[in-house]
This record gives sequence, C-alpha cells and structure tokens, in this order.
Amino acid sequence: MIYIGYIFIFLGAMAFTVSAIGLLRMPDIYTRLHVGTKSTTIGTILVIVGAMFIEPSWAFKLFLLAIFILITNPLSSSVIARASRKDKDGEQL
Amino acid sequence: MLTFFTTILLVAMFLTLIRFLKGPTLSDRVIAFDVMSIMSVSLLVILSLYFEQSFYLDIALVFGLIGFLGATIFGRYIEKGI
Repeated sequence: MIYIGYIFIFLGAMAFTVSAIGLLRMPDIYTRLHVGTKSTTIGTILVIVGAMFIEPSWAFKLFLLAIFILITNPLSSSVIARASRKDKDGEQL
Repeated sequence: MLTFFTTILLVAMFLTLIRFLKGPTLSDRVIAFDVMSIMSVSLLVILSLYFEQSFYLDIALVFGLIGFLGATIFGRYIEKGI
C-alpha cells in the first residue's frame, strides 16, 4: 500500500519537473501558461492521491485540498490569460 | 524516500525561480509565481507525510488560497491598472 503511494508521488514529482523545464524552454507566453497550469494540476492531484494511499485516515482533508486545487487552478490561469491578451504593449519590467 | 521526492520538488522550484527572475514581461513572472505556490502546496503535503502530523494540510489549504488570491489580483492589475 505504501509503495503504491510512493509510485504516485514519484509520478507527480516527475510532472512538476517536466512543467519546470517546459516553463524555461517555451518561447511564448501562452505556451508557458499552458505548460505551467495543466501539468501542475495533474502533479498536485497525483501527489495528493499518493498521500491518500500512504495515510488513509487523512482522506477527507486531502480530498478537500484536491477539490480546492481543481477549482482554483484553471480559474487563475484564465484570469492571467485574459489579462495578458488585453495587455497589448507587453511592458518590459 | 520522501527526502528524494523533496529534492526533486526543490530542483523544480529552482528552475521555476530562474524563470521568475529573468521573465521578460510581468505576466511571465505572475505565471512563475502561481506555479511556485502550487508546488509549495504539494511540498507541504509531502512534509506532512514526513513529520506524520496532519495540521500541515491546513497550512497547505491556506497557502493555496493565498496563492490563488495573489495570482488573481495581479491579473486584475495587469488588465486594468490600479
């Protein structure tokens, strides 16, 4: 049971690493937004499922955390995408 | 085994920090900040397994809420200004 959880957490950490490498390599802001949101969502869900396998008595709090991530993560992605589309000149800071 | 996962996540957070430091526009930095806050939520879940105490999950929930609010407010600021 514990080793299944370790496998899930390892897959989640691999998804995070792929997300970070893609965030460095991608050329455009929309591709960066794509790679920075979707793969981190699946990474967090995999880590939380692995933690559910390791400690089954914390399942309710972990389920609540997974639902929260699953709601708020695409919402913030949508807000940032719309804002960077409206921001025409792309101010250099 | 859990320290190995923590090491992988810290390497990923360091790569994201490079994008945060050199991102050309403001939106890139906001994206990198959002990704780092979500990685921190996952790191807190692994930390709660490491110390075997469940109140780290409450901290993870509050941290996710604050990261989401920060990204949304910065998006609002990019779109309309102050």
